[in-house]
Amino acid sequence: MSETQPLVVVENLTKHFPVTSGLILQRKVGTVKAVDGISFHIDRGETLGLVGESGCGKTTAGRTLLALYPATSGRVTIDGKDVCKAKGKELLGIRRNAQMIFQDPYASLNPRWTVNAIVSESLRVHHLINNEKERAERVKELINLVGLSSRLVNRFPHEFSGGQRQRIGIARALASEPAFIVCDEPISALDVSIQAQVVNLLEDLQDKFALTYLFIAHDLSMVRHICDRVAVMYLGIIVELAEKNELYENPLHPYTQALLSAVPIPDPRKDRQRRRTILPGDVPSPVNPPSGCRFHPRCPLAQDLCKQEPPIWREAAPGHWVACHFA
Amino acid sequence: MSDLPIIKNTLLEVSDLRTRFHIPEGTVYAVNGISFSVAEGETLAVVGESGCGKSVSMLSLMRLIPIPPGEITSGTALYRGEDLFKKSEAGMEDLRGKEIAMVFQDPMTSLNPVLTIGKQITESLRCHLGLEQDAAERRAVEALERVGISDAARHLHDYPHQFSGGMRQRVMIAMALACEPSLLIADEPTTALDVTIQAQITELVEHLRDQYHMAIIWITHDLGVVAGLADRVNVMYSGFIVEEANVDSLYEDPQHPYTISLLAALPRVDQRRHHRLKSIPGAPPSLLVEPKGCPFAPRCEHVIERCHVENPSLMPVGVGHTAACWVNVQKGIPR
Repeated sequence: MSETQPLVVVENLTKHFPVTSGLILQRKVGTVKAVDGISFHIDRGETLGLVGESGCGKTTAGRTLLALYPATSGRVTIDGKDVCKAKGKELLGIRRNAQMIFQDPYASLNPRWTVNAIVSESLRVHHLINNEKERAERVKELINLVGLSSRLVNRFPHEFSGGQRQRIGIARALASEPAFIVCDEPISALDVSIQAQVVNLLEDLQDKFALTYLFIAHDLSMVRHICDRVAVMYLGIIVELAEKNELYENPLHPYTQALLSAVPIPDPRKDRQRRRTILPGDVPSPVNPPSGCRFHPRCPLAQDLCKQEPPIWREAAPGHWVACHFA
Repeated sequence: MSDLPIIKNTLLEVSDLRTRFHIPEGTVYAVNGISFSVAEGETLAVVGESGCGKSVSMLSLMRLIPIPPGEITSGTALYRGEDLFKKSEAGMEDLRGKEIAMVFQDPMTSLNPVLTIGKQITESLRCHLGLEQDAAERRAVEALERVGISDAARHLHDYPHQFSGGMRQRVMIAMALACEPSLLIADEPTTALDVTIQAQITELVEHLRDQYHMAIIWITHDLGVVAGLADRVNVMYSGFIVEEANVDSLYEDPQHPYTISLLAALPRVDQRRHHRLKSIPGAPPSLLVEPKGCPFAPRCEHVIERCHVENPSLMPVGVGHTAACWVNVQKGIPR
């Protein structure tokens, strides 16, 4: 695989979950189209932001990318290897190379395992270091790397604060020396002063190990800070994707515009002067998404055409992609 | 009641409130002597991170802290001149929901899942205003319409699980405002919601505040949300108020090192990236240790010797602006 080609390529990826009814004989009564045809690539060393509101499918997309959920259709390649078709040893190899950091540092660490056991698990599973003593040394090194004291390796997760636990989760992800890490809302459970610590750590590690990130988040301010390009999801599809400053300064999709106008700015004078686009209603159910453009029931610009035909995903300006009839 | 000159009509005046919890591990020093006031129609934001005592202080003055393990060791809370801590339980029940209403962070757990929302809204109306069921229902429909729930009469018979998060928070607000309280305490009312829904709810609360001339105490950890909403802001850290100012001077001229660091730790959606985020090293101190000296001293870059031994009280640093810090950070010299 040449170094100039993207590390991650996603083509028309879908993930549908069946909705069942009945206790014993479960009948399928519908389908949740959590991810319904998304395509993007991530270059080596790049951070792609994936933003959207709860239920838009961003977490499902991240998990399907790493084959934690089997994809319904579509193709994902990481470093030239087809994730969706991989099985057994091959899948294990892909997982060594592509790791994940989870949102909730309280739920994603086994409370009965010590830090040493948590961080060394992937070293054992992937047979990276088979000597126990060397493995313990490597764990200490990883723990130092994420800014914790290596004296703490025999402690249990409950002895740590939220920020420290997230650092342990990061050390675990780094253990197998991956090229690609899916960061699924890694900071949203943390306090503001701790968020900055973790974000700076993620950036330092990226520089040090040339990591590629998919950064899933709903905090649009943080995404602008940390990402290179940003994709906006709504009801299972990507509605806009562009270089970050282009997206934040020149948003084309009405959903992106509304989303950005709703983000509070910590500047009272500026915030009072701002014109907000308040979207009516809630995000519709992904079981039965609206016809045509999925955003049309809430869109301030919607016309008849939007109800009938889904907009085409097109490149409105170089590198700036959007799916809207009127953008 | 107060000897202080009254400029605007003071609605609530809290002084030297201290709340502790006695747990098996020791004593939690949750609120350590805070004083603040709210005028009629004013919006006060209380900002701070988890465990800073912002929610506990409000629950304390509403007398909703379980005692034991909780204990309010000192303080007065004058509401229209009457001390809430001296009132009888029945007196407090009259006040809660009618004069002072609360909206909580998580609308799923603060609504009763087995009662229809109609039942839950009419309860306070019947209790406080002595209305009959059908009169109360008419008021409940009005209350729901006010918060933007269409077809409200039909929704009276719905259960909380039939609503989305944003709709539930609207129901909570409708319940809180049904008796037209003079003071609304909103405890992170938009934290569990998505940004577009958060914008809907903040706009709604602002609109209702102006319409009913209601005072609001808005508790949040998000310095962004309150910037456009509040008149004044209290910044809390480790059970203390460390800075207090009107909203413009707090954001334009923050004086306490904690406030300065918090603002510098926030990325801005409206600005290009200039530099790395400024992070605050370490973590807030354990609340199980009796505070000695300034609670922020271990994480503070401007720390001087005095900070470790003596806790500064709020000192005037500008017009209507106080900060609890021994150092004039701008000039880099002790005050």
